[in-house]
Amino acid sequence: MTGLPVVVFDGLAYGMLLFLMSVGLAVTLGLMGLVNLAHGAFAAGGGYVAALAMSRAGVPFLLALPLAALAAAVGGVVLERLLFRRLYGRSPLDQVLFTVGLVYVWIAAATAAFGAGQQPADLPGFLQGQVDLGGVRVGLYRLVLIGLGVAVALALALGLERTRIGALVRASVEDAEMAGGVSIRVGRLFALTFTLGAGLAGLGGALAVPVLGLDPTFPLKYLAYFLIVVCMGGAGTVTGSFLAAAAVGLVDVAGKYYLPEIGAFAVYGLAVAALVWRPNGVLRA
Amino acid sequence: MTTLGPRRVHPAEILPWLALAALPWIAPDHVLLGSQIAILALFALSLDLLVGHAGLVSLGHAAFFGLGAYAAALLALHGWSEPLTGLAAGGLVAGLAAALVAPLVVRVHGLAQLMVTLGLGLMLHEAASRARVLTGGDDGLSGFDLSPVLGLFPFDLYGFTAYGYALAVLAAGFLFYTRLAASPFGYALRGLKQNPARMAALGTDGRRRLIQGFVVAAVLAGIAGALLAQTTQSVALESLSFHRSAEVLIVLCLGGTGGRYGGLVGALVYMAARDWLSALSPHYWTGWLGAAMMLTVLVVPGGLGGVARRLHGRLPRLHRATGTRVAAGGES
Repeated sequence: MTGLPVVVFDGLAYGMLLFLMSVGLAVTLGLMGLVNLAHGAFAAGGGYVAALAMSRAGVPFLLALPLAALAAAVGGVVLERLLFRRLYGRSPLDQVLFTVGLVYVWIAAATAAFGAGQQPADLPGFLQGQVDLGGVRVGLYRLVLIGLGVAVALALALGLERTRIGALVRASVEDAEMAGGVSIRVGRLFALTFTLGAGLAGLGGALAVPVLGLDPTFPLKYLAYFLIVVCMGGAGTVTGSFLAAAAVGLVDVAGKYYLPEIGAFAVYGLAVAALVWRPNGVLRA
Repeated sequence: MTTLGPRRVHPAEILPWLALAALPWIAPDHVLLGSQIAILALFALSLDLLVGHAGLVSLGHAAFFGLGAYAAALLALHGWSEPLTGLAAGGLVAGLAAALVAPLVVRVHGLAQLMVTLGLGLMLHEAASRARVLTGGDDGLSGFDLSPVLGLFPFDLYGFTAYGYALAVLAAGFLFYTRLAASPFGYALRGLKQNPARMAALGTDGRRRLIQGFVVAAVLAGIAGALLAQTTQSVALESLSFHRSAEVLIVLCLGGTGGRYGGLVGALVYMAARDWLSALSPHYWTGWLGAAMMLTVLVVPGGLGGVARRLHGRLPRLHRATGTRVAAGGES
């Protein structure tokens, strides 16, 4: 079992990427009831911005990250105002159809613009290599990912619990109509959280390029994972998404490491079991 | 008046079927496309029993389509080449699998239901791609022959028999669907979609009806899959994929849910558009397809069937019979 600490570490790092890329989806689902299967496109968009900025314009990695988040956030606010706004309150079937359509459009557009191949993204030297952590050698970048994931989760949780905007968001998640009734501008809040979620997805997508690779089908390839995280965690919760993402990352990496012959079976099985057990998310009774 | 109950079939409805039956004489080059349309229409019809009637949205319906396809192909590969029993086997395998998972699916609602069906579909896809011995993995199955349909019509190279066969099975499925929709069972499913609490108060065992509906839809999907395997004499892993599940949802929404022509119209429009777009822009046609899906949702909610219903609703009430259909099926 010498591999165990490494598996745990890789699993957690992968889980943190999933968390960053799907927490926005969890919030929009809870707040607006929007089943946005195209959420991964924001992550992929951020990934492309980062990869192209680095490879074509020579932007350093650490600057490419906020750039990616910003680009995805701008894309998010534009699309929310233009398209997604029209989907609030529609049936899940319409939402699924529309957002799957958007994913297809994204794949075609990205293939046309950037080619169908993988985007190269090398880590800068100071993030490569391994560090010794109490006798276990783990990848430095993985360590950074875990730290970043935990930091973002803490910031979001604190922001939701302690700030005025967080309180407004919580109130709207609980009952959007009532919140509107006490003159909370729910529409504006929707746009704001959607933008934040898209930005985080863009950041996650950029961070994921060196680990998961990036090609135009990225939003479709990881769609099931995002959805699993969100459904297991429960709509509208940051903590739930965080725990679910960590669990999904761990189970997926461990499953592929110890039982390679069953592939992704383990994580799908986990998701189905969790959903049947607690349909509204594992943290909600 | 007829055995088909209140949703009786108008005599003029024979016309589109006659047109479909005449296709080999009108456009002999398009019978392959025609077979694909018929199979897709049958598949969409089966999904409509869930989406349009039971109010159960599945993102993994391809699982049953693929199971039926693999069952029929394996049967033919192991020497049993009679087509109709192959179809029945496809339906049976899909139905058994559905009976196994249905209690899980009807336990949950809304998004969780989408996810459970998606997860189950993905698990089956993953399992099929790993079980190379049985399924051929990514290569799929091919190289099997079928005996003539009913012992009379051998499968030919041009696909005429395949087309006639697919169309006949679609017509049978269509009649079955129409009868089911008009039966007390069909009414119970629609009632459960509209108001489950009230149905429970009326004494309907909702859980049991939904499980039955799920199994019936899966049997029909399995038959559609078996039909694809038999007419193309091959099965690809793709028949189990998420892409296939999404495709049939698109077809159904394009045609409109809850009406008997939704699947057929949707399949016709979808395949024609796909054929046209993939010739126009071979690399990017899925992008155009996506744009069409987005437009459908924004511009024609309820699909083409919904448009037809709304147009029909504006006409003076000439046909009382179809008027009641609008009231009963016009949930969108």
